[in-house]
Amino acid sequence: MKFGIIVFPGSNCDRDCLWAVEEMKQKGEFVWHDSKSVANYDALILPGGFSYGDYLRSGAIARFARVMDSVKTFADKGKPVIGICNGFQILLEAGLLPGAMLTNKTLKFICKYVNLSVENNTSPFTNKCEKGQILRVPIAHKEGNYFCDDTLLETLLANKQVAFRYCDEKGKINAETNPNGAVYNIAGITNKKGNVLGLMPHPERAMKETLGSTDGKIIFESVISYLKKR
Amino acid sequence: MGKYDIEITKKIIAEHGFKDNEYENILKIMGRVPTYVELGIFSAMWSEHCSYKHSKHLLKKFPTKGKYILQGPGENAGIVDSGTKMAVAFKIESHNHPSAVEPFQGAATGIGGILRDVFTMGARPIACLDSLRFGNIKTKKTQHLFAGVVDGIGAYGNCVGIPTIAGETIFEDVYEDNCLVNAMAIGLVDKNKIAKGIAKGVGNPVIYIGSTTGRDGIHGATFASVELTEATKEKRSSVQVADPFMEKLLLEATLELIEKKLVVGIQDMGAAGLTSSSTEMSYRGGVGMEIDIDKVPKREKGMNAYEVMLSESQERMLMVATKGKEKAVEKVLTKWGLHAVVIGKVIKKQNVVIKEGGKIVADMPVEPVTDSNHKLFPRKNQIGVKPKYLKDINIKNADIKTPENLEATFKTLVASQNIACKNMVWEEYDHMVQTNTIVLPGSDAAVIDMKGTDVMIATSVDCNGRYTYLDPFRGGAIAVCESARNVACSGAEPAALTNCLNYGSPENKEIFWQFEQSLAGMRLAAKALKTPVTGGNVSFYNESPSGPIYPTPVIGMIGFIKDKKKRYATQFFKTAGDRIVLLGKNKDEIGASEYLKVIHGLIKGPVPEIEMKEEIALQKTLREGIKKGIIKSAHDISDGGLSIALAESCISGKLHGKKILGAYVEVRHAIREDSLLFGETQSRAIVSVSEDKLEALKKIADKHNLTIMEIGKVGGDSLIIKTAKEKMPYVEKINMKLLEIENLWMNGVKQYVG
Repeated sequence: MKFGIIVFPGSNCDRDCLWAVEEMKQKGEFVWHDSKSVANYDALILPGGFSYGDYLRSGAIARFARVMDSVKTFADKGKPVIGICNGFQILLEAGLLPGAMLTNKTLKFICKYVNLSVENNTSPFTNKCEKGQILRVPIAHKEGNYFCDDTLLETLLANKQVAFRYCDEKGKINAETNPNGAVYNIAGITNKKGNVLGLMPHPERAMKETLGSTDGKIIFESVISYLKKR
Repeated sequence: MGKYDIEITKKIIAEHGFKDNEYENILKIMGRVPTYVELGIFSAMWSEHCSYKHSKHLLKKFPTKGKYILQGPGENAGIVDSGTKMAVAFKIESHNHPSAVEPFQGAATGIGGILRDVFTMGARPIACLDSLRFGNIKTKKTQHLFAGVVDGIGAYGNCVGIPTIAGETIFEDVYEDNCLVNAMAIGLVDKNKIAKGIAKGVGNPVIYIGSTTGRDGIHGATFASVELTEATKEKRSSVQVADPFMEKLLLEATLELIEKKLVVGIQDMGAAGLTSSSTEMSYRGGVGMEIDIDKVPKREKGMNAYEVMLSESQERMLMVATKGKEKAVEKVLTKWGLHAVVIGKVIKKQNVVIKEGGKIVADMPVEPVTDSNHKLFPRKNQIGVKPKYLKDINIKNADIKTPENLEATFKTLVASQNIACKNMVWEEYDHMVQTNTIVLPGSDAAVIDMKGTDVMIATSVDCNGRYTYLDPFRGGAIAVCESARNVACSGAEPAALTNCLNYGSPENKEIFWQFEQSLAGMRLAAKALKTPVTGGNVSFYNESPSGPIYPTPVIGMIGFIKDKKKRYATQFFKTAGDRIVLLGKNKDEIGASEYLKVIHGLIKGPVPEIEMKEEIALQKTLREGIKKGIIKSAHDISDGGLSIALAESCISGKLHGKKILGAYVEVRHAIREDSLLFGETQSRAIVSVSEDKLEALKKIADKHNLTIMEIGKVGGDSLIIKTAKEKMPYVEKINMKLLEIENLWMNGVKQYVG
């Protein structure tokens, strides 16, 4: 499998994503933001960071990067696209995922380990998980307060687009386990077809016991397994 | 030389802050009246901040050589050998005055500056640390400064993608009007690709990279060299504005230029901007430089040569490339959305020649401007005088009453500002990006992995300014020992240190005495621990109308864990049933402690003794025990003493996703109860080991001649401490549920800053 990792000016988790892909014994390559084609990759990752300094609004400038046209075509073909943190914000701005991102309810940047409840284990990104499985993965963001109106939330639920929700270590989901104020404790969603995932937590940081958790691996394992079957 | 546009009057000379006979020396150097631009350049380069005129002769006495040292003081950052292909570059720097005036931008640009010092050497930054000092957290002013500084550090480091992995946050009244913001950066550089701040090769182009030059930060170095007063607050324009996105682009472009061998020499335009980079690079290469001000990219219209030379606009680099390689340089910069502008060339004559509108506006020899050995370079041979306040500074233990309820004392201490948890600080920093952070913030030292090698780096920043105030010599020695001890608690061998020396005005003889004495203490400890000094920063004039700060020499220590198994330790207990062991000797010392300050309201000595032999024995035992897989947790005993170290060993694991674990402790002793529980006797640590490893640990301690005492067992949901004086029976002194301790500890500071 070959993963393409899109590098925007200001991306800073690009190298971590490459490392994670290589830890999974897969090939990975950086794709520069003004590239015209991404057709020769099996999956794409939009990494975290501060693309274009996150000036104006997180992800608002990156959506205009030349590579984004081919990312859209890639997604339209049903191939898997993962946006992590800033990558999630870019996917929202680009219209590949519905909803919007607000500043955290604390108005502060938050970096810490959180627990995620797997809400849907049928997507290409979660097929190796049990439903309700709890993953320990870190977050690191200032704008991760996912927002959508009630109508959109109903649609997301009806289509099983909610992938992960913030919970505690026992799986309890409530306001206390919501680090940033996201609607419905949403940490990650997919598009309707299920092949585009955006999530605020960083699975690429939870790949080794010495880093605090290996729970991020299961997301990559799921994608690899999905691609093998495809 | 053409005619001078501005006449150099006495008023102008005075405004440039020259002291003693400095202006007369300028006349001797130039052989004529300097131009306005030249005067500005002298003023910046001879400011305390750039010239180290009060400190240089003492800094030279630091040990600077050792088996790990690849680059000692004198370059943009020090470099130590990790034993692998990649060497470690690191440095600490202060940004105190800017942060006191404009906390967000002041702190943010502090991070920017220290990162550039590291990547200008060709090193990719892998970690930041920060050492912060404020006034009492209960005051609105401190809350404002605290929030702004933490936000600024986070906003910058997070955006550039450098994890901020460790630090310290201290609250003392003396920092109320002059907070301290010291930032350290660590980077990895290929040993064969170390870049230097040097100009070479007559005719080579001088290239300007990065942000445009604006009017921000003009005379920033001079601003850093005076006391803070109401009037200096008006100098807000001396504070620069941060653009971390530009820094990220500059970082990637610089590293790519160095990787592609397009760089002859490169230096950050830091303090005194274009002035210091052009003169210092020329000086190191024994050449000169000609610069055309008209070619410098400017942010505003109408900026003159004086403003351009003295601007401290951020995110700019000056580079010398090989002639003919301009196109290749430009290609790399264009990729990163930056411009390369040739603004001048290297010349043979060892002068910096500045042209504006075709006219020469400055033409001055490099040597007397930069070389502290030059006979006309300013130097202040200040001699310190022992401060009067030290006369009655020590308490007699007998005059201090031991509190009746020691549990209540413990409760107050665990929630006190300097002891309570500071997780709200490091949670605002991305401390995990780059996926190398093995030990997260909240342990004695942070540990970062060097992937693909058998090496890990341990690092810590430390100082106890109160100790240094009460006993500068011991305080200096303890700062070095504690940072080394913290690194040893993770299992690492300390390799080298960088220091950030924060003091009041050196023109005050009593303050200069603090400086002399604390440096002597640091020297002693650095020699004994074999941790040479690779550079750092001196920040004088940390004073306000309310007085000087405590002398605060902050030590940034780097150590290595070199082992195939990469064994390391964290401070929190691991397994119920493990034995708790106290390493080191308990002494009857309550002076200078957090306890004496918080409970008795006394800032008085004596500062705890420091015996280098005991310190070395402790650190060797810790390292050997951890490397052999015997020691499962190690925590040094510092602020708040034994009881606080035990409490932190119980509860701090929760911050790392581990369970909190109680402890049952019995200690037999022959000293005061408060000394035992809260005294800050040095060279001690709390470790835990499984029962079957107890003998092995004792053997190691015996080998190193270290006092060792088994004092308890891990387990349960409470911290229980019983003590027995000499042959008396054990009496329970503390018995508290961990949840209650945790609640106090977590909220001690958080309640004031959300």
